[in-house]
Amino acid sequence: MTEYLFAVFIFALATFLGFELISKVPPILHTPLMSGSNAISGITIIGSLVVAGEATSPLLTALGLLAVILATLNVVGGFLVTDRMLRMFKRK
Amino acid sequence: METLIQVSYLVASILFIVAIKLLNSPRTARLGNALGALGMALGMIATLFHKGILRYEWIVLGVGVGSVLGAWMALKVKMTAMPQMVALLNGFGGAASALVALAEAERSQALTEYFASPSFSPTTLAIIALSVLIGTVTFSGSLIAFGKLEEILSGRPFLLPAHHYQSLGWLILSLIMTVLYAGIQESYWLYGVLGASLLLGFWITLPVGGADMPVIVAFLNSLSGLAAAATGFVLQNYLLIIAGTLVGASGLILTQIMSRAMNRSLWNVLFAGVGSSTSTASAGDRTVRATTPEDVALMLNYAREVVIVPGYGMAVAQAQHAVKKLMDALLARNVEVRFAIHPVAGRMPGHMNVLLAEADIPYERLYEMEKINPDFPQVDVALVIGANDVVNPAARKDTSSPLYGMPILEVDKARSVIVLKRSMNPGFAGVENELFYQPQTYMLFGDARASLEKITEALKEL
Repeated sequence: MTEYLFAVFIFALATFLGFELISKVPPILHTPLMSGSNAISGITIIGSLVVAGEATSPLLTALGLLAVILATLNVVGGFLVTDRMLRMFKRK
Repeated sequence: METLIQVSYLVASILFIVAIKLLNSPRTARLGNALGALGMALGMIATLFHKGILRYEWIVLGVGVGSVLGAWMALKVKMTAMPQMVALLNGFGGAASALVALAEAERSQALTEYFASPSFSPTTLAIIALSVLIGTVTFSGSLIAFGKLEEILSGRPFLLPAHHYQSLGWLILSLIMTVLYAGIQESYWLYGVLGASLLLGFWITLPVGGADMPVIVAFLNSLSGLAAAATGFVLQNYLLIIAGTLVGASGLILTQIMSRAMNRSLWNVLFAGVGSSTSTASAGDRTVRATTPEDVALMLNYAREVVIVPGYGMAVAQAQHAVKKLMDALLARNVEVRFAIHPVAGRMPGHMNVLLAEADIPYERLYEMEKINPDFPQVDVALVIGANDVVNPAARKDTSSPLYGMPILEVDKARSVIVLKRSMNPGFAGVENELFYQPQTYMLFGDARASLEKITEALKEL
């Protein structure tokens, strides 16, 4: 249990930080905030890379490869589509 | 090397924090998104130097395929299809998190067999199972949301008998199997968790109808963050925990904003489908007044203040560019044009803003509900394009209405109202709209884009 204490610590602080960061979002940014943060949640790619790189069995290789493909889709698609949207937001 | 990797992760965490902060303001949002991408690239590159990584061929293949497909999707998708795109990407992220946790379980199993003694503590196993649970719910929930938004599935709420007890059942079942897996470490319990959480995701999104979609899309976004954070616990990777938690928290705030705009709780959206009970309110023998594009053009021509209220109907008809043309024609005639945006108009948070931005309508013309509501009594013409429930005055007056209490755009207070609508079908909530029968309201039936084009045409001939 104690091995996770530090992780819980980080988790608790990050929760508060997250709430503080997004206290008031203007509605025009609701979609980009969502798709941009969605791309950030693709950070799970880091875990996927390790699984695919150290796979020692066919099952692990398959799990790793699939995870890498899906996470990369999430990351690349998410950041690009957000940028495409944000480019459209113009002032007069 | 290990220190260098950890320092890179720290820098990446900071980049993510700054990125989310900058996504809060229209001026800095694009930079924020770029910093987020930079943080991601840094994290990925640092990970390649991880000492456990022995071979790179699968990594190269996976990243290559994912990048090409991801870029292709992001550049091809139509702005009107953005809600389903976001839902799909969400689901991919959730699935990847669950797969990483499954792989970790598989590795632990192999180690246990090799050393003939348990290699992972019960806590670690419980965390693995939770990570599988959250990631899988995100995946299956997003799939259903995608299917509904893409209209592969019906947008109507789908409810089985005692539906929410069944959902609760799947949740409890997956938690019980999580505990069993942690205690016994037999992988069939983990696959049990996988199956039950797959069903849980289906069950909680199936009852969600079209108008509630913004809430569920925001909620799934939050879940995808939590899934990454849970995987971070499994791998003891603080970058994953920080990034995932930030997304989880920001998604939760967005979910809250959306639920409040519908005057409902998240619980209510997830566990009670609106519109599943048919409304008893009937139109009686009241009549609506239909009008023609020429008459609308005439009304608009002599107005000073026009407020356009877009809704999901505008997205369906892909009418945003036609709206822009009408706006330009009106501005050329010195008619002031503003847009009133309800927070839950459309199918995802901010849906209308994205579409109007695509059509090059400057965001200074878009007004939030609280800002524009006091102005409606001075508005000469309110032009409602494919919006229904968000302008239904029953939300203010009729305590028996399912919409009662929901904050609405007070279009009914405008001097005259023109409603562009396909037919007289009631809105998603199945509730009659009093607005349509008011003496100052005129209905223009037909496809929104065609109607708008005709109005602009007629306006130019005046």
